[in-house]
Amino acid sequence: MKELVEYIAKSLVDSPDEVEVTEIEGERSIIIELRVAADDMGKVIGKQGKIAKSIRTLTRARATKEGKRVVVEILR
Amino acid sequence: MALQIEKRGKSVDEAIKNALDELNCTIEDVIIDVLEEPSKGLLGIVKRPAIIKVTLREKPEDNALRVVQELLAKMNINYEIDKVEVKDNQVRINFTGKDMGLLIGYRGETLNALQFLAGLIINKNKEERINLTLDVEDYRKKKEESLEALAIRLSNKVKETRKNVIMRPMNSQERRVVHTVLQGDPNVSTYSMGDEPNRKVVIAFKK
Repeated sequence: MKELVEYIAKSLVDSPDEVEVTEIEGERSIIIELRVAADDMGKVIGKQGKIAKSIRTLTRARATKEGKRVVVEILR
Repeated sequence: MALQIEKRGKSVDEAIKNALDELNCTIEDVIIDVLEEPSKGLLGIVKRPAIIKVTLREKPEDNALRVVQELLAKMNINYEIDKVEVKDNQVRINFTGKDMGLLIGYRGETLNALQFLAGLIINKNKEERINLTLDVEDYRKKKEESLEALAIRLSNKVKETRKNVIMRPMNSQERRVVHTVLQGDPNVSTYSMGDEPNRKVVIAFKK
């Protein structure tokens, strides 16, 4: 799960080295925390949150297979 | 990333020829950077060879496929690539396989999200934009064909009645299908009106 978010974020931002993803896995849910450089926030959120929404949609598809819920938080 | 090699030769041309022979391709397939011009010493003996860097130009569909496959693998989706079609700057990938329901998602939202993100990734820092369409078992293609047929039927109605027809609200991809299919028609013109997500195509009679 972490690799998916990391790959997308690193491919979209201008400073891939500053992308940091942590994964907290519980029994029934997964929490992903994504941190990017301040200048790159817009690149992972997008117009009206369209990029963030798409990232969440893809992680949800993957989590469905594992029978879990997933939360992706974008932090700075 | 893209394949890169460095080559030497007595002249820049010779170095290029060596590189193309090694990569087994033509000059259109590569980007050439001259790192060092050759310099000749006395009596025309080459003192320093020409050094060039040759980068293999990646075909847009190769890059698109790599990104999409990477994403699907990380999403843990079982899939097969049915076909890849390339037309101008348009790349269309059609999938089949066991996880297609999951890949499409609720009302196509997963497939749309994947297409959107993959499109952003492959077009980042690129001068030539490519238009990526992802499809599952030709689901989109069938929808597109029926939309084209509808547009043509409505344009005939416009020609008969000489009155404009306003279509139902559609997203930008659907609107593009209508504009494109009626583009060459001398008797009607098309334009969009209203704001997203209620933007509609108008088919207008051309006098």
